[in-house]
Amino acid sequence: MVAIALSSTFGAETEDDFDLSGAWKLSLLSELPIGTTGVVESLELPGEVQHHLMHMGFVPEARITVVRRAPAGDPTVYSIDGFEVALRRDTARAIRVREYEGSTTKSL
Amino acid sequence: MSSCCDPGTIDLPAEPRVAGRIRTVALVGPPNSGKSTLFNRLTGLRQKVANYPGVTVEQRVGRLNGIGRSDLTLIDLPGIYGLDTYSEDARVAVEVLHGEMPGTPAPDAILLVLDSLHLRRQLMLAAPILSLGLPTLVLLNMSDLMEARGGHIDTLALAQELGVPVAKISATRGAGLDSITHFLNRKAEPDAPLSATKIELPVVGNPRSYRQWATGISTRTKYKAPVSNQATKRIDAVLLHRIWGPLIFLAVVFAVFQVVFTIGQPLSDGFGNLLNAGGDAIAPLLGHGWLESLAIDGVWRGVASVLVFLPQILLLFLFIGVLEDSGYLARAALIADRVMRSIGLNGKAFIPLLSAYACAVPAIMATRTIENKRDRFATILVAPFMTCSARLPIYMLMIAAFIPNKPILGDFFGLRAAVMLSLYLLGFLAALATARLLKSSILRASSAPFILELPQYRLPTLRSLSLRLVDRGRVFLRQAGTVILAVTLVLWILSHMPFHATLGESVIGRIGHFIEPAIRPLGFNWKIGIGLLTSVMAREVIVSTLGTLYGADPTTHSLGLQAALRHDLTLAGAMALVVFFAFALQCTSTLAIVRRETNSWRWPALQFCYMGVLAYLAALVTNQAILYFIH
Repeated sequence: MVAIALSSTFGAETEDDFDLSGAWKLSLLSELPIGTTGVVESLELPGEVQHHLMHMGFVPEARITVVRRAPAGDPTVYSIDGFEVALRRDTARAIRVREYEGSTTKSL
Repeated sequence: MSSCCDPGTIDLPAEPRVAGRIRTVALVGPPNSGKSTLFNRLTGLRQKVANYPGVTVEQRVGRLNGIGRSDLTLIDLPGIYGLDTYSEDARVAVEVLHGEMPGTPAPDAILLVLDSLHLRRQLMLAAPILSLGLPTLVLLNMSDLMEARGGHIDTLALAQELGVPVAKISATRGAGLDSITHFLNRKAEPDAPLSATKIELPVVGNPRSYRQWATGISTRTKYKAPVSNQATKRIDAVLLHRIWGPLIFLAVVFAVFQVVFTIGQPLSDGFGNLLNAGGDAIAPLLGHGWLESLAIDGVWRGVASVLVFLPQILLLFLFIGVLEDSGYLARAALIADRVMRSIGLNGKAFIPLLSAYACAVPAIMATRTIENKRDRFATILVAPFMTCSARLPIYMLMIAAFIPNKPILGDFFGLRAAVMLSLYLLGFLAALATARLLKSSILRASSAPFILELPQYRLPTLRSLSLRLVDRGRVFLRQAGTVILAVTLVLWILSHMPFHATLGESVIGRIGHFIEPAIRPLGFNWKIGIGLLTSVMAREVIVSTLGTLYGADPTTHSLGLQAALRHDLTLAGAMALVVFFAFALQCTSTLAIVRRETNSWRWPALQFCYMGVLAYLAALVTNQAILYFIH
């Protein structure tokens, strides 16, 4: 699930704002700081939860931005495809993302 | 109130599907696509809400009056992300769309509502829906907003890609709805082609391929997403702020109650005076015999004693409606997640618990958004502890009768408000403690994931708010006109039988005296005992029962109900009574809905006994403690 070939249709849509030649860093969604954007690499959650999240747009190659944390520090609000979803840290920890190093925040 | 939602199912004629002829239309769309607004717009005020048989999913059905096609039935399906079976909602949607849901006719056409602000993701649902092969119209909702914010879509190209007609609409403004009329008229012609041109659809059931497909289509139709709503982000920066967020949250909850009491009380008083004046005006027309006693002392006083609370209850529902429609409730769930986690539940359980302040019945129905079954059952079992509006009548009556109106913190916060607030707190703490107990014993489970979509803020529409109020008001009046009326009538008759007997010797007096020893330690007399029996139907019935019983008693007949209670009860007994009501599950509607939602009599039986025992013990302690400290 790690190496995913970008199909042409995908690349055209999700990557057009990104410079792919730069350096990518793999990390967990729960570790991204607020304001940064990553690209979903893979999900490792129990079957039904994973399926549900994927239907909500958490699919490989989707772009995801960390918007803010709840007042208590957890859950965290993420923006994906222009809508906002809150996930707890233990769920976000099961989502691997590619972070573009040195990328400035692109609001979706 | 106790039976906010009609638990019956809707009977729809199951007629065979005729090719080219439309009778039933299904409204499909993802959550937050504006589907409900469109449904209200298309059907008007006359709609039926019930549950699908055997499951807990709400079924809303109406006639297409809004566009002048009252011959057609519109079925509102639950908001879904796909046709998988992750949630009960999705399973129901699949069954209805395949025509396999008993009692619901198979749809002949589909209206697919997509939020055009987030079209790229929302299009993912189009793939499984289009593969059903039914005549479909795709409605791009909120397209006015999308264009205003610099978004763009080539609808003609989209229609070609999807092989079905596409129309831009705005459900809130009612714009573009004529496209639905055109679609239905055209499809209704006998020789209209049933299925559209064959198009490429992705592999069924695979979200990755759906997304790939949706992304490809949005690119080819030159979809440009509008700039994101900065207003929502800015509002959230305050409402979800580390310090301001929780403070505002508490202020909102406090303000709701404050307004319900400070504005609602005079409204209720005025309404009560009006009802009493009405009774006094009718009384002379009936002469002075038993008929007047039955009609005025028995029925009118009894029913009116409950009806006076209508303004306050509607006000409470109005506030909860505003919070929900504006999108704030989802933020409240986010803020509450941490607290809810400490009792073993998650933030999603908070929304049903908050709406249980109005009524446990819709709250228990709302628990179906909680995916984890054990979490959901725990929420269902504790929801009736939250102080629902049906408890207001007895609380208000007892507090007004026994608690002096002394200020504590100036005029703003008095002794009466303090007692009321502690009763609310009591129920809330009982709910938390019980949830914790359940989650560490019979409903133990690893914590379920918390996945919550935060909708954009929107201004609640008058239309949807008034729809709620009309709905709730109707249920409350129906309750007053049926259950309360019947109980009041039976009570009056039993308290006047045998003929010419005094109240104590009547049938009701003998029953009351029989159970009195059991409730004497709580500080209750036999009339309260009868009230406890009748209020098993619904909590507010106790007020009309007391009204009828004290009205039938010659020693208290001339006094008002409050004065009669003061004459007959101690302060300790009165406070024990409200504490009893804070805990006891006296509501047949709640029992029925819990039975249906958990699919077993075991859970409501357990809940009824647990809450009953707790209520008895707490009332006992309250009565004895107050007696001990005062005397």
